[in-house]
Amino acid sequence: ITAECAVDAQSLISISLRKIHNSRTQRGGIKLHKNLLVSYVLRNARQVYMNEKYAEIYRMQQYEEVMTVCNEIQELDPLDVVSGGAAADECEDAGVAEQQQCCAGGMAGGQASLCGAQPCSLPSAPEEACKTSETLFYRSCCAEPYPPPPPSPCDFSPAHCNKTTVLDLDTHVVTTVENGCLHQDCCCTPLQPCSSPSSKKRKVSDYSGCGYYAPELEDVSVDPAPCKRAKLEDCCSDCLVDLDTANISNLISIFGSGFSGLVSRQADFEQAFNGQFCSKQALASLGAWTRAIVAF
Amino acid sequence: MAGVGGGNDFQWCFSQVKGAIDEDVAEADIISTVEFNYSGELLATGDKGGRVVIFQREQESKNRPLSRGEYNVYSTFQSHEPEFDYLKSLEIEEKINKIRWLPQQNAAHFLLSTNDKTIKLWKISERDKRAEGYNLKDEDGRLRDPFRISTLRVPVLMPMDLMVEASPRRIFANAHTYHINSISVNSDHETYLSADDLRINLWHLEITDRSFNIVDIKPANMEELTEVITAAECHPHQCNVFVYSSSKGTIRLCDMRAAALCDRHSKFFEEPEDPSSRSFFSEIISSISDVKFSHSGRYMMTRDYLSVKVWDLNMENRPVETYQVHEYLRSKLCSLYENDCIFDKFECCWNGSDSAIMTGSYNNFFRMFDRNTRRDITLEASRENSKPRATLKPRKVCTGGKRKKDEISVDSLDFNKKILHTAWHPKENVIAVAATNNLYIFQDKMN
Repeated sequence: ITAECAVDAQSLISISLRKIHNSRTQRGGIKLHKNLLVSYVLRNARQVYMNEKYAEIYRMQQYEEVMTVCNEIQELDPLDVVSGGAAADECEDAGVAEQQQCCAGGMAGGQASLCGAQPCSLPSAPEEACKTSETLFYRSCCAEPYPPPPPSPCDFSPAHCNKTTVLDLDTHVVTTVENGCLHQDCCCTPLQPCSSPSSKKRKVSDYSGCGYYAPELEDVSVDPAPCKRAKLEDCCSDCLVDLDTANISNLISIFGSGFSGLVSRQADFEQAFNGQFCSKQALASLGAWTRAIVAF
Repeated sequence: MAGVGGGNDFQWCFSQVKGAIDEDVAEADIISTVEFNYSGELLATGDKGGRVVIFQREQESKNRPLSRGEYNVYSTFQSHEPEFDYLKSLEIEEKINKIRWLPQQNAAHFLLSTNDKTIKLWKISERDKRAEGYNLKDEDGRLRDPFRISTLRVPVLMPMDLMVEASPRRIFANAHTYHINSISVNSDHETYLSADDLRINLWHLEITDRSFNIVDIKPANMEELTEVITAAECHPHQCNVFVYSSSKGTIRLCDMRAAALCDRHSKFFEEPEDPSSRSFFSEIISSISDVKFSHSGRYMMTRDYLSVKVWDLNMENRPVETYQVHEYLRSKLCSLYENDCIFDKFECCWNGSDSAIMTGSYNNFFRMFDRNTRRDITLEASRENSKPRATLKPRKVCTGGKRKKDEISVDSLDFNKKILHTAWHPKENVIAVAATNNLYIFQDKMN
């Protein structure tokens, strides 16, 4: 594993975009070779960034589902739950996780308003924790509806949440989801089946070989530690990180073309990585990010 | 001290340095290409200002034994000027990307020089006589009144101070949409190729108004572009064979006899990537910046950001030799990306016998590898080591742990002092190393 400096995928993305922007004004015209290489870095960084984001989403979904299950099943099977703690702890943690997710969702381009808009209710009792109808979920499109919940006194299960607000990171469109199904037009028709919530370790794409890439994914299925409250602070400060989507959109319109040759390879990675996601959506979103080079 | 390139007693010594001493370097003075001619008698440099300077080696002379083998300025001329493409609103840089000499066929010397768009054939000739005693004009050049002429005389050639003239004999323009990165004279001495990011053209030296396009990798939809051509070279003996390298770290060998358009390669050289070393910058550091055939024509050498590889033309699946130039930079790729150094295009060169190879690095270091002994050496081109015939001391970069005396740590390297262009005399152990705006010439102690 190469020991590179602790590099943030996000900062690489902004550095790369800046380079492409600066190349427009360089003497001698835009250098095709250099911009092509920069677009590769952009693609790689975005891949890591998206992997990390999707991992978070997946974690959040897992916690929700586990929370549902553990509240509805009398016996706790230690192998199935994420943590061996009491139901109350898990719900609490999951509640915090959702709050974290709100903020994380707000990272993309100034959606900081979402952060504060719908505060997650932090539970004091397990039952209250289950009331998540007002909670914001950050979820990709094409998510399968949750499996129908077994009969339970708890009013929690997500299927009973008639309204879920979803932020799409790529289009920055906020959509209302009912019954866990996205009403937004989905570009791929057969919904990829959700992987069942389990504690098995999830294999990330080819990049996983290098722990440097997505170190947070190593214990993705096991430890709710990321949901700790201390992390909440970090997350919220990340909301203010300047991804600068307004400028990115302008950049994209300036250049107006893209390298979909890179896109097809990206799609393969993402499909292999997580069956939950629509590859075409990933394609479309990648195009927006890598569309930075002038076609002569 | 064991040396590289000539055996155990071999040592490199400082010979000369050309260029200004100022700390303040004018951008136009930055050397962008260095090339010996076929005999090694002439050494040409091109700079970012579009100028070409040619040095000539002094003949051996008993009268001046100390200056034997020294290179002195022979000719200087402005090869390219900045231009403006009005259609695309693009400025065309005058920087000389490459110089290639033609084999000498008469008293004059010919070279090709190119910027991003236009290739020029220059004739460099000497004039040491001039005609005197014209009938129709007097010595000042003023025309005489024909009616005042009463006698006729035959002009005579009188010796004059040597004058070296450079004149552009051919201009090969408007054939490249993208930036020209290579030119290479063919072994038939009649044709040459020029390569830009997406296309390679074949020219005849006598014909300027057209060229043959022999490679075109431009995709129908530019959005599908995944690689560009980074360098190209003609085979030294087989005039039908050439190679070109790509930004993906691959080399294609093409045979012009197979088809008019050589889009299908005859051989494809690629080393499989090591998945454990994958990083954000894998694509950048695998991009090949230079490709050079050995003099024998049996091997070729490629330079990527961190290494030099020697390939046997008969083996396509991996190089036969790999030399690490500055592996300690692998952990610094992020910073090198930020400051753009990761895009530096280093060249490489063979010695005359193909037993050694040389390439540049940062901090004005350059590296030599002896292919037989597998020894390598790091030397520095600096004004501090520029006493006449001073032996160059090997340098070492400390990669971690305790730094020994005379070692330099990776963090102390000056990444603004980069040696991108080096050249090796075709027959002797004389090397020319371009360090920003200075040209260093080193020779072996034997000389």
